[in-house]
Amino acid sequence: MYQEIILEHYRRPLHAGLREPFDAQVQHINPTCGDEVTLRVTLNGADGEPALADVSYEALGCSISQASASVMADMIIGKTVGEAMAINDEFLKLMQSRGAAEPDEKVLGDAVAFEGVSKYPSRIKCALLSWMAWKDATARALGERAGTAVLAARTGGGQDGDKEQS
Amino acid sequence: MTSGGVAIGAVSAAAGAVPLDVDAVRRDFPILGRAVRGGNRLIYLDSGATSQKPRQVLDAERHFYTTRNAAAHRGAHLLGEEATDAYESARARVASFLHASPGEIVFTKSATEAVNLVAYAMSNAATAGPQAGRFAVGPGDEVLISEAEHHANLVPWQQLCERTGATLRWFGVQPDGRLDLSNADELINSRTKLVAVTHQSNVTGVVPPVAEIAAAAHAQGALVVADGAQSVPHQPVDVTRLGVDFLVFSGHKMLGPSGIGVLWARRELLEAMPPFITGGSMIEVVRMEGSTFLPPPERFEAGVPAAAQAVGLAAACDYLDSLGMPNVAAHEEALTAHALEALSGISGLRILGPLDTDHRGGAVSFVVDGIHPHDVGQVLDELGIAVRTGHHCAWPLHRALGAQASTRATFYVYNTHDEVDALADGIRQAQRFFGSESVGAA
Repeated sequence: MYQEIILEHYRRPLHAGLREPFDAQVQHINPTCGDEVTLRVTLNGADGEPALADVSYEALGCSISQASASVMADMIIGKTVGEAMAINDEFLKLMQSRGAAEPDEKVLGDAVAFEGVSKYPSRIKCALLSWMAWKDATARALGERAGTAVLAARTGGGQDGDKEQS
Repeated sequence: MTSGGVAIGAVSAAAGAVPLDVDAVRRDFPILGRAVRGGNRLIYLDSGATSQKPRQVLDAERHFYTTRNAAAHRGAHLLGEEATDAYESARARVASFLHASPGEIVFTKSATEAVNLVAYAMSNAATAGPQAGRFAVGPGDEVLISEAEHHANLVPWQQLCERTGATLRWFGVQPDGRLDLSNADELINSRTKLVAVTHQSNVTGVVPPVAEIAAAAHAQGALVVADGAQSVPHQPVDVTRLGVDFLVFSGHKMLGPSGIGVLWARRELLEAMPPFITGGSMIEVVRMEGSTFLPPPERFEAGVPAAAQAVGLAAACDYLDSLGMPNVAAHEEALTAHALEALSGISGLRILGPLDTDHRGGAVSFVVDGIHPHDVGQVLDELGIAVRTGHHCAWPLHRALGAQASTRATFYVYNTHDEVDALADGIRQAQRFFGSESVGAA
């Protein structure tokens, strides 16, 4: 289970720490062990397909949950939300496979190292904690953006409308 | 409150205790013979979560099902009578284990349900007539617990206070996990209606001075609940000397089956207390306009009784009494002393709880610098050693002790000193694994 890649990410986590600016922040907790992750999502560009300008986090937990946050951030920063969601879905499938999956390394990259975790039901939640937090934060950030767009439309359109209102 | 009193029922090096024949005991537990990960022999150090079951308990349950199974307290057929007899005999057996009377034993599904039974009876008391008045709480009243409680003896009281407007207060803990009783005189006051404390912490092993706390609470007219989930399985408990009004515990932590717990309460309290769960079995007369209820303990046992589980629990009492509870306590005290010494010798390891066995049971929780408890537990699991990791349903206590989570070893009648050494070796192995730069996959 403890693949070298996992231990490497655990010892030297990538993209760790909470950064500004951000569009949404969430805190997720695993109630069975108390592991926590605080995660921020920053979407780029108001127009076009939303992409992840930044994903920053502070994770308190075991090697699996910390390494998973690091691998995830490294893989999805810069991707569109759609692309990242596809990786998330593939990772979720891997975690639910009980070790019987044939993970697609092209999609999952370093995250294939978590294959062994899927054989340990009590640890799957550790690997999924930051992914769940990311999905939640992204949904909120998108909701925020949609809300802003609605508000903008009501007050006379686009960014200018926002400015006028304030 | 005076200090230096004797906590009745506390673990102490029982003079004259007879050493357990652990090899013989182990032969009674079929599961201990199985291999676990990597073909390793199982080293089960998680009895605090649930104990293993000797074949005598399994046989008793099976015997009930194969020879006497029927719904107890219903029907006039032979099996029904025998099932009722088995169930009531089990009640009497559990009562004698605690030096109590059968009429003071209420079977529940768990210790958790037993706490909830008292908490909900208290909130139901407001509308249950004058004799239930002494159980009612409301704004201005106080319920006192401690920061060391298992969530099962914490959340139900929090909820009771939220439902009724009473105020929840609590004893803090000292750095070694013992209750901070320095402000007991202030915390236990004329507004205090109920005090609920652990009789043995499931994290630190601490055995608080329950009898002293109870005496102070009674002086203010408060009721006292002791959470015996970790004490009744591990030390002799005599309710006539414990000084409390209610004692709760579960069967599955004391070699018994899961799905059965116990509320012991002083008879006069049970007589006056309104029910919690209502339905069949607990009624006297039911009319569409209203119902009346049976006397205790039946008033608190709605639904078909868990007779097979009660019979299994009685067999567990037989088993423990055949070993002798003072001997059980002495065996665990020796293992605990050994574990405290072995683990104290590991650098970077901090034990959450007292470092000696004075008023301390056999839960040894610890944190290892730089290694999350989950990871410690995983390495131990690879070695066949089953421990608990996380906050052990005692989150506020972990917060108070400055730990996010911990790894916990707990001991019982079948554990050996070799297993304690294996635990210490396993922890060192985890330190090497996570501490070194060149690692292989576990």
